[in-house]
Amino acid sequence: MTHAFYVYASYGFAALVTIAVTAWTWADGRARRRELAALEAAGIRRRSARPKDSVGNGE
Amino acid sequence: MSETSLAISKFSDLANPTRFLALAARAIPWLAGITALCFTVGLYLSFATEGDYQQGETVRIMYIHVPSAWLSMMCYTIMSVSAIGTLVWRHPLADVSAKAAAPLGAAFTLLALVTGSLWGKPMWGTWWVWDARLTSVFILFLMYLGLIALSRAIDDPSKAARVSAVLILVGFVNIPIIKFSVEWWNTLHQSASVLRLDGPAIDSEFLRPLFIMAIAFTLLFFTLHIMAMRNEIWRRRIAAQRRLAARMASREE
Repeated sequence: MTHAFYVYASYGFAALVTIAVTAWTWADGRARRRELAALEAAGIRRRSARPKDSVGNGE
Repeated sequence: MSETSLAISKFSDLANPTRFLALAARAIPWLAGITALCFTVGLYLSFATEGDYQQGETVRIMYIHVPSAWLSMMCYTIMSVSAIGTLVWRHPLADVSAKAAAPLGAAFTLLALVTGSLWGKPMWGTWWVWDARLTSVFILFLMYLGLIALSRAIDDPSKAARVSAVLILVGFVNIPIIKFSVEWWNTLHQSASVLRLDGPAIDSEFLRPLFIMAIAFTLLFFTLHIMAMRNEIWRRRIAAQRRLAARMASREE
């Protein structure tokens, strides 16, 4: 193959960037989901997810 | 309920963050699967098709360079539409969309710049020239970095959203400049050869892999954008719940 270095370097860099961005987005999602689970375990829920009687006045 | 208001209520249902999360959970596996399939076919075609009679094997760089360059501009256009959504309708998902798209746009712009450079060295004899196309894309890359920094530098989310939206819209002027730079100025970069009024100027041998790779890259972008939007919604919920918990704790003391 002529100019093999340029072709493979391009595809290699493209693979690196796309895999890095995908992994970062995926890892970010996992970390957020873990945080939400930790909050849930601590009894801190969204107002809409809490049973009606536990909602205080104006809160 | 009239048909129009039904359509509007359907659209606003979709735009509700909780509905968006449910829709994203269903769409992401499918989108990811189709993206992987398109990349498999696209990469196979990229290496199975003939080389160019003049450019030789380096024509294969086009199959990743052109889609990433296209995405770099499409991403900014999506961010501009989102910015209008933030400023005009104060839509809660509009800012989430713009904020989630910026790092993706930066990544694809960097990819377009680096692959272009790797194509330029063997074909033009230089890694880089400050011609209108290359310079305007480089400015786009800097704008993405600036927008990422700006939205993360302001703590108040609604203020960050408004300031970023204004800057995004100001920066949109660069998109037509990038697109038409090769016609307005004398550039080393070639002029458009796919999207032309008189039809594509490249052989179908090269158009087929290019088309599949463009679809694959676009699907990858949308998959990642929806995932990143979902992450951002979760991030904001976590912050809101932490604030609420802190308020409740301070009241109990």
